[in-house]
Amino acid sequence: MSHTATHEEHNGGAVKEIVRVTIILSVLTAVELILGFWMMGMPLDGRLRLAIKGAIIILMLSKAFYIVGYFMHLKHEVKNLIMTIVVPLGLFIWFITAFLIDGNSFRNLRNTYDPYFKERSTIKVEKKAEAKHEEKKTETVAPVEEKKVVE
Amino acid sequence: MSTSTTVTPTKLWSGGKSPFNVEYGKLMMWYFLMSDAFTFGAFLISYGTIRFSTNGWPDPNEVFKSFPFAPEGVHAPLVFVSIMTFILIISSVTMVLAVHAGQNMDKKKVVTNLIWTILGGIAFLSCQAWEWNHLYHEGAWWGSNPFLNHDGTASSTNFTNYFFTITGFHGFHVFSGVIINIVMLIMTLMDKFEQRGHYLMIEKAGLYWHFVDLVWVFVFTCFYLV
Repeated sequence: MSHTATHEEHNGGAVKEIVRVTIILSVLTAVELILGFWMMGMPLDGRLRLAIKGAIIILMLSKAFYIVGYFMHLKHEVKNLIMTIVVPLGLFIWFITAFLIDGNSFRNLRNTYDPYFKERSTIKVEKKAEAKHEEKKTETVAPVEEKKVVE
Repeated sequence: MSTSTTVTPTKLWSGGKSPFNVEYGKLMMWYFLMSDAFTFGAFLISYGTIRFSTNGWPDPNEVFKSFPFAPEGVHAPLVFVSIMTFILIISSVTMVLAVHAGQNMDKKKVVTNLIWTILGGIAFLSCQAWEWNHLYHEGAWWGSNPFLNHDGTASSTNFTNYFFTITGFHGFHVFSGVIINIVMLIMTLMDKFEQRGHYLMIEKAGLYWHFVDLVWVFVFTCFYLV
């Protein structure tokens, strides 16, 4: 097995590496949370908000890299194994891009050609602030049902 | 990178040896996890598509703002979910330590670290059970969404449907991971791996457990942060 060869050379280093990766993952999560708290009061369509979301996604991907590379040990495997796992996952690049663009285009089409869809997204439901438990079920569930018909 | 390999690349595909230089079961675990990644990916991308095709969406900081034992109107967004995230990261670390101890044939350390991992998994599942229960009592479930959009307009049930389906599917993975780890613990205590002369089973269970942690990184970001 590959490991009998592997752990002789970084037996002492392995625990050190685990500790290092743990610290990195915790710091990345903490930064994500700080960004999340920072984002809270911002306007919805602000450019800074979008930039923070992008930063959070980059942090997420680097966390994924550390988990797969070090905890799942993929970084220390043979190149063949790395390629057989990573290359098919590259399909996600197309997958995500195509479907998100599709969703976005669908929204634009509906806003252009479906006045009812557009109108529904401008009517504010007021009763939220004071009523916490009882009214919710009667007030908000009803429009939801109507909306499903539109879709 | 691949310092552990002693074979030269030209010989890898000439037969008589695994070109991936890992044991069969471990390679199959990797392929299983890859297919599982596509399942989760399909769920999350479908969620993203629907979210992109809708004009409004609920604010996660308004939906996930409560905390166990806290007073009714408490506003503590991100706090509870960050605790859940850290629980899962730490249980992943103890799993890595168990795998490492297994490579050194250190049975005692394998047992302690596996127990910590199982406890972490159970703690995570308990947190999730509490959160689901709390949301259910607020009126959220499959097919019912009491929350309003960010801008105060009525929201569709897409939000709750996706939330419960995806976190439920992830929770089911955590649950099976805990079961697998308990089986590993029993096998370790019965000296199965000592008899075999290796702890490769623990490594495979470890791969699965890290994958569960990995998926949570994505679910956490997609539902609670952005």
